[in-house]
Amino acid sequence: MTGAMTGAATGAATGVMTGVTTGATTGAADKTMTAEDVVARLASGMTIGIGGWGSRRKPMALVRALLRSEITDLTVVSCGGPDVGMLAAAGRIRRLIAPFVTLDSIPLEPNYRAAREQGRLQLTEYDEAMFLWGLRAAASRLPFLPVRAGLGSDVMRVNPHLRTVTSPYDDGETFVAVPALRLDAALVHVNRADRRGNGQYLGPDPYFDDLFCEAAETAYVSCERIVDTAELTKDAPPQTLLIQRHRVTGVIEAPHGAHFTSCAPDYGRDEDEQRAYATTPWPQFAARYLADGGTP
Amino acid sequence: MTARRDPAVTRAEYCVIACAETWRGAGEVLASPMGLIPSLGARLARLTFSPDLLLTDGEALLVGPDGTVEGWLPYRRHLTLVTGGRRHVMMGASQLDRHGNQNIACIGDWAQPRRQLLGVRGAPVNTLNNPTSYWIPRHSRRVFVPRVDMVCGVGNDRADGARFHRLVRVVTDLGVLDFATPDGSMRLASLHPGVSVEEVQEATGFPLTVPDEAPYTREPTAEELRLIREEIDPGNTRAREVDH
Repeated sequence: MTGAMTGAATGAATGVMTGVTTGATTGAADKTMTAEDVVARLASGMTIGIGGWGSRRKPMALVRALLRSEITDLTVVSCGGPDVGMLAAAGRIRRLIAPFVTLDSIPLEPNYRAAREQGRLQLTEYDEAMFLWGLRAAASRLPFLPVRAGLGSDVMRVNPHLRTVTSPYDDGETFVAVPALRLDAALVHVNRADRRGNGQYLGPDPYFDDLFCEAAETAYVSCERIVDTAELTKDAPPQTLLIQRHRVTGVIEAPHGAHFTSCAPDYGRDEDEQRAYATTPWPQFAARYLADGGTP
Repeated sequence: MTARRDPAVTRAEYCVIACAETWRGAGEVLASPMGLIPSLGARLARLTFSPDLLLTDGEALLVGPDGTVEGWLPYRRHLTLVTGGRRHVMMGASQLDRHGNQNIACIGDWAQPRRQLLGVRGAPVNTLNNPTSYWIPRHSRRVFVPRVDMVCGVGNDRADGARFHRLVRVVTDLGVLDFATPDGSMRLASLHPGVSVEEVQEATGFPLTVPDEAPYTREPTAEELRLIREEIDPGNTRAREVDH
């Protein structure tokens, strides 16, 4: 399925996409759209990368819009948290590619556990470094990258598609050749963005959000607040500008768009809501969570 | 064996000492403790005999023992640091076998596990790149098994001469184990005072190599006890992880 969105990506670059208008003062494309617009550009069977880490800065507003749609049969690539748990509970994931799934303060993700224990999804289980280097390979348009991880472990047993590569230099060491984790679409959530798609994180950790965008044909960046470009660096150093607009297809203003996961420094994790999620049967939780006007 | 246990020293405190010893002589490397008592041990080592250790806040910052920020170590840089080797990690384990193969991913058949756990996380890259130790707060046959269901951390029998593979020690609530045997299998290195060899063997699901005279885990110094009780863990959270 990788590559299916090439048309849309080209559309963004040429400004012919629905909803893309031309900024009056700068001439640069205005990529703002709604979460529903994002979902309208996704399709069943796609490979979708989801940013954040565990229960931290997950693009939950976009995940919620995805859950409200009929899109299914997804391959999800994620350092998994409630994004994976919810999509798995709703039966939308055909295959998950991940090194772990956790809610942090609740170590084991209950809906993900249930899906695995009932055999309801396929899993490509990678080591964390393999996952990172797989994204880097995709971002650099390489077919693979060598990594000193996986050999000797059962990651090799449960992923029979993995190949090894031997150093062509004198050392002759053998490595795992991690295949590129190419994505049809990336969904990430950051603190601020401008209308062109420059994304800014203000917390302590970028996670892999920029890499997800760079590994994807199309990238959708939700943010707490859309601001003027000049405002991004008014009170923050330029190295907070994590995501560059040339990789971004759409920008979505979604206040509390990571809730109930954390979005430092704007807000911490809503532990009460996370506990409610973890202890309520999914159909019951979903009825409230996906209702119109449900909590942000 | 005569117990020379100082009644004032708790089992949890012996565990802190045994964990701290993991980072003795480590130099200027990152101590990556997973679990409460290993974290206390790393801070104790940093405050006493291993002053060059680097510590994290458990998220993205390098911090001194008092919390002073001295560096930035987000997730991706942490993984890069792992591959550079300047780190000694102490991981947990849901299962551990006699060659030090570790499982944190799932119990039962991986294809459809009886119990899904965290996933492999970084155990494969950790064990192939930097010294690795383990912390087991409840030494039992549930953890120490003849064969793990999913090899996450690589044991000595599967490392195949990997250049930077090195398993150092396993600290439990009963004692310390290491791999100082000809075939790299587990050996009893020390007993925490008050524990017998039989007790350890009974709680281990495979035969351990046991020296003729199993030593006791060393006593904390008066200053170490003061640091643990007054500075590092005044709330006695350690007793919640090891309460006997």
